[in-house]
Amino acid sequence: MLKHTPLYDEHVTAGAKLVDFSGWEMPLHYGSQLDEHHTVRQAAGVFDVSHMTVLDVKGTAARRWLQGLVANDVAKLTATGKALYTCMLTEDGGVIDDLIIYYMTDDWYRVVLNAGTHDKDMAWLVRHAEGNEDIKLLERPELAMLAVQGPHALDAIGSILSPELAERVKGLAPFQACEGDGMFIGRTGYTGEDGVEVILPGDAAACLWRDLLAAGVRPIGLGARDTLRLEAGMALYGSDMDESTTPLESGLGWTVTWQPEDRDFIGRKALQQQKQQGITRRMIGLLLEDRGVLRSHMKVRSADGGTGEICSGSFSPTLGRSIALARVPANVKAGDQCEVEIRGRWLAARAVKYPFVRNGESCIDL
Amino acid sequence: MSNTPENLRYTRSHEWVLDNNDGTATIGISDHAQELLGDMVYIETPELDRVVEAGEECAVVESVKAASDVYAPLSGTIIGANEKLADAPELVNEDPYGEGWMFKIQFSDAGQIAALLNASAYADVENED
Repeated sequence: MLKHTPLYDEHVTAGAKLVDFSGWEMPLHYGSQLDEHHTVRQAAGVFDVSHMTVLDVKGTAARRWLQGLVANDVAKLTATGKALYTCMLTEDGGVIDDLIIYYMTDDWYRVVLNAGTHDKDMAWLVRHAEGNEDIKLLERPELAMLAVQGPHALDAIGSILSPELAERVKGLAPFQACEGDGMFIGRTGYTGEDGVEVILPGDAAACLWRDLLAAGVRPIGLGARDTLRLEAGMALYGSDMDESTTPLESGLGWTVTWQPEDRDFIGRKALQQQKQQGITRRMIGLLLEDRGVLRSHMKVRSADGGTGEICSGSFSPTLGRSIALARVPANVKAGDQCEVEIRGRWLAARAVKYPFVRNGESCIDL
Repeated sequence: MSNTPENLRYTRSHEWVLDNNDGTATIGISDHAQELLGDMVYIETPELDRVVEAGEECAVVESVKAASDVYAPLSGTIIGANEKLADAPELVNEDPYGEGWMFKIQFSDAGQIAALLNASAYADVENED
């Protein structure tokens, strides 16, 4: 039996092609994934991401506990609604999941985790909170989450909110959230466009959804969500990193906070050792120069014969070319020629810096 | 409900076959198949003069979702391929039985056409998906 979000009926009404996504029956697209992709780059779209796990971490030890649990440092968060992106690691430095943590108050943090990793994440978190009287973990399955993304996203949602709240939302810095009208609204997203993610009670979600559609925002499925995030160079858990790879090998070194040196988070020793020895593989962007489509697990060969593998690959609707994130030998750098094996043939690709696309514009030379 | 024209023959692997009544047949993928695959982004058609056996992989369609093989429904020689698809793969989505045709075969055994599914038999295959 697949699980449904509070917006399931809205998806059916909108003509969604529904698929099993980690046990959730979710919209893949509502007709054309390509059209939906372009809508988010050029106008505004809304995604139902209510399948993601929202977890409130409460208690007087919340900050200290999270500081030991994730590789970025929640001590950086001092204003209500401020958020950071981070990885939760094994002792070996492997990535258990990537997550967003919001600071609510000194004894309350809100954590958003992936749907596909829910069970192992919760098992890990519960195990590490066990016996700690000053930590309470409270899952919030009754909450829904909508992402409204695109150059018109803020205007569209602003037309629905009270004028006062709309002003506050427009004034939000990236990775900053505010609360009002029963909603928690953060200037975050997974598309490379401006926009917000809204957490609200599940029974209020359909109403917001309909208001957004009435304001000209179009529903967008998980298919376009994947091509949008890939163009934006944003990592996908399970494809770009997992427990067999560290953040340093996944293009996520920027999410690891090394200072202060005495903050002993799980995985720190392993990461520090890897950093000192130097990584042997790294994440790079690839642009296919021949015709075809890059897909995950395809083999990559660098000019000097080093081998790597595509993590996420797809057709880029914005660029009209195929792009990928690939884990390659650490000596491969942007501009290098590589080859990718597609159905037995080695095709030419160029290593590039990612993101590929930001705010509707190409960031690379085609 | 997908469109399944009565004048065509079909395979279980979702190709359609139009008998041109001159010893050649035109082949594409069904409306049902294009709908399952989603938006097309790249199509590789077979090389001209290639000799194929029925059931052999001879073209590739790549949608946003995945790459899928297209099989030769008949044995014979490839005598034509739709060059428009290189720059307009979306034709397969928009007009799977017309502008979205993929290749032509000069077939060696007319009996192979008769053995393919008719529209109503193919509709039953669709319903199994």
